Amino acid sequence: MARGLLTAMLATLLSAGAMAQPSQLNLRKGVTDISSQVYDLHMTIFYICVVIGIVVFGAMFIALVFHRKSRGVKPANFHESVKVEVAWTVAPFLILIAIAVPAANTLIAMEDTSKADVTVLVTGSQWKWHYKYMENDVEYYSVLATQPEQIRNKFNKGENYLLEVDKPLVIPTDKKVRFLVTSDDVIHSWWVPDFAVKKDANPGFINEAWTRVNQPGIYRGQCAELCGKDHGFMPVVVVAKAPAEYDAWIAEQEAIQRKAKEEEQKLLAMNMDMTELMDLGGKVYQSSCAACHMPNGEGLPGVFPGLKGSPIATGDVAKHIDVVVHGVSGTAMQSFGKQLSLKELAAVITFERNAWGNNTGETVQAKDVNAVLTGK
Amino acid sequence: MALPRMNNWSFWILPFAFLILLSSLFLEGGGPNFGWTFYAPLSTTYSNDSTALFVFSVHIMGASSIMGAINVIVTIFNMRAPGMTWMKMPLFVWTWLITAFLLIAVMPVLAGAVTMVLTDKFFGTSFFNAAGGGDPVLFQHIFWFFGHPEVYIMILPAFGIISQIVPTFSRKPLFGYASMVYATASIALLSFIVWAHHMFTTGMPVAAELFFMFATMLISVPTGVKVFNWVATMWRGAITFEIPMLFALAFIVLFTIGGFSGLMLAITPVDFQYHDTYFVVAHFHYVLVTGAVFSIMAAVYYWLPKWCGKMYDLGLAKWHFWCSLISVNVLFFPMHFVGLAGMPRRIPDYALQFADFNKWISIGGFAFGLSQLIFLALLIKACRKQGEPATDRVWEGAEGLEWEIPSPAPYHTFETPPVVK
Repeated sequence: MARGLLTAMLATLLSAGAMAQPSQLNLRKGVTDISSQVYDLHMTIFYICVVIGIVVFGAMFIALVFHRKSRGVKPANFHESVKVEVAWTVAPFLILIAIAVPAANTLIAMEDTSKADVTVLVTGSQWKWHYKYMENDVEYYSVLATQPEQIRNKFNKGENYLLEVDKPLVIPTDKKVRFLVTSDDVIHSWWVPDFAVKKDANPGFINEAWTRVNQPGIYRGQCAELCGKDHGFMPVVVVAKAPAEYDAWIAEQEAIQRKAKEEEQKLLAMNMDMTELMDLGGKVYQSSCAACHMPNGEGLPGVFPGLKGSPIATGDVAKHIDVVVHGVSGTAMQSFGKQLSLKELAAVITFERNAWGNNTGETVQAKDVNAVLTGK
Repeated sequence: MALPRMNNWSFWILPFAFLILLSSLFLEGGGPNFGWTFYAPLSTTYSNDSTALFVFSVHIMGASSIMGAINVIVTIFNMRAPGMTWMKMPLFVWTWLITAFLLIAVMPVLAGAVTMVLTDKFFGTSFFNAAGGGDPVLFQHIFWFFGHPEVYIMILPAFGIISQIVPTFSRKPLFGYASMVYATASIALLSFIVWAHHMFTTGMPVAAELFFMFATMLISVPTGVKVFNWVATMWRGAITFEIPMLFALAFIVLFTIGGFSGLMLAITPVDFQYHDTYFVVAHFHYVLVTGAVFSIMAAVYYWLPKWCGKMYDLGLAKWHFWCSLISVNVLFFPMHFVGLAGMPRRIPDYALQFADFNKWISIGGFAFGLSQLIFLALLIKACRKQGEPATDRVWEGAEGLEWEIPSPAPYHTFETPPVVK
């Protein structure tokens, strides 16, 4: 009966294996020279293990079949042989040297970040990535774009479920792109399997990695180091464009970001009304604040404080603005001053002061936020 | 044991240590929320207040381990039977002796790490905080300097158990006894110079990455020697397949699979791809579940008749073995695939291409868990003294002092010290 069970389970498992796509079974070759070297190393060491496995398990199964008591064999009494012991100590050693040489060469190539054409500062924070192009005036946050309804099984899950972001990192193909990786809070790890690049983002330190992508495309990865509650919800998406397209894109982004800054200055003279602020504020709250303070504003007791009826959200406005734009050091509260626009900050603070029965009736305007941000 | 009262104490503080840890689940904010590796600053600045209970309970567990280890060493050094020279000791005793030294060496390191976490969180120190001159990666160095010897603490006694069981059921002495002892000792020594292979992606200098890659690869040599010796012990023996032997055979095959993935993980450039994926999860469950846990089951089936004086229910034991063997592979084997395909560890939800294998992993997980109920039933029956009385020797090929005395062992085991020839 146990044997029948075994056969049945093996059969189903094998059929499941046969139905799986190759991409579901093995490491990917990737789109860089390094990633294909890594893939080759992986397959080499795998085949070496398979051969050793066949030899060792083969010998063992021969013994199990032919040297069993039920066949009436008498046990031998040998129990040592210096020659054999030396042989099976030295042979693995030689195999190891044969693997170590190509592995060391690949490793040294992977760690050579010199002579880069483009440098991007990658900063992890709970739970999103920030990209800053060091040669251009372009920087932005890249946040999970999967709808919360898909995560809560209310909507059908899309093709790139949990592997899609609002603004992907864009890099040129055929150029050496260097990544400077760091973090604002806990340790994250920036990983794109197709580039064979995985580097930890350590707060207060900068790590380096690089890639040279051979073909344009969209490449997806994830944070690979446990970084708190939403560790599974901070994907990495990189779009590789041909150099000419990349140049056009980066120029366009520079223009857009310059224009946005000018718009911000104009905003300072304007006042928004309550409904407009509450509308925008609600949206910003969902995307930037609800992960910790929760959609109902009650937080998670003992971990993240609630805002509903809290002294900060119902007390002094200047203090509230200060907490949001500068964060609270030594806690998980980040500084949102550089993450959100003045308009968004004004809206979300207004929202927090009037939602969930906080009803202070006060509005906060872009100029109020700017005053705190610039220290005036 | 040489120090019975300390033995007693080191055991009885454990339940309280676990109670303290579990009680944190009922505090506001819940239990420790940073995983068992408690990397700073997730476990310091960004953790909740139950961290203090976590630290305190780890201290108690560490004290318990150190006392247990001292007891093992003192006993082995002072209380061997007349004529029991070092190189006549059973392999299980050797592996325990070496394990005990490892415990004494690394438990204080863990105690230091948790204390630094405690003071960073509550007393304003900055061991792991760059803003105060510290370094979060320092935590990982200290933690894994403890952590890597710790995994050998879990597996070395397993090697000892398998080295007792395989000769018994092959009816042939262990092949290469001396090389087994030396291999165990070299694994223990190497365990102190490989810790940073858990940290290849943290941004170490290339020289350090190369050193830790080479040192880690070296471990496969003594580990290979052990596996070869077990196979050579079976070679031209007269093998029978009692329950302990079934578990030992499963151990040898499945632990070796875990060893292979360990060798793959040692290759730094490839480890960048494997690191923190389910491939790692598959690796350490093959070495610790089908390795350490299977060896403990093998040991229970080997010595249970000696402990309780009754033969256990063989039908239940066979069911337990086959259900465990199949389900544990359904549980852990597909993890290799999802890991290679790019599924990170420690995530609550995953992209759709991982769903098919995760379904099998879940089925295997429940099946493996339920299979242990069979084991529980068998143990309850054995404890209630049901079954055939066990003979002194229990197994035809069993060698060693414990098989010379009645089952169960009499109150003082030996009234006069036995002489080992």
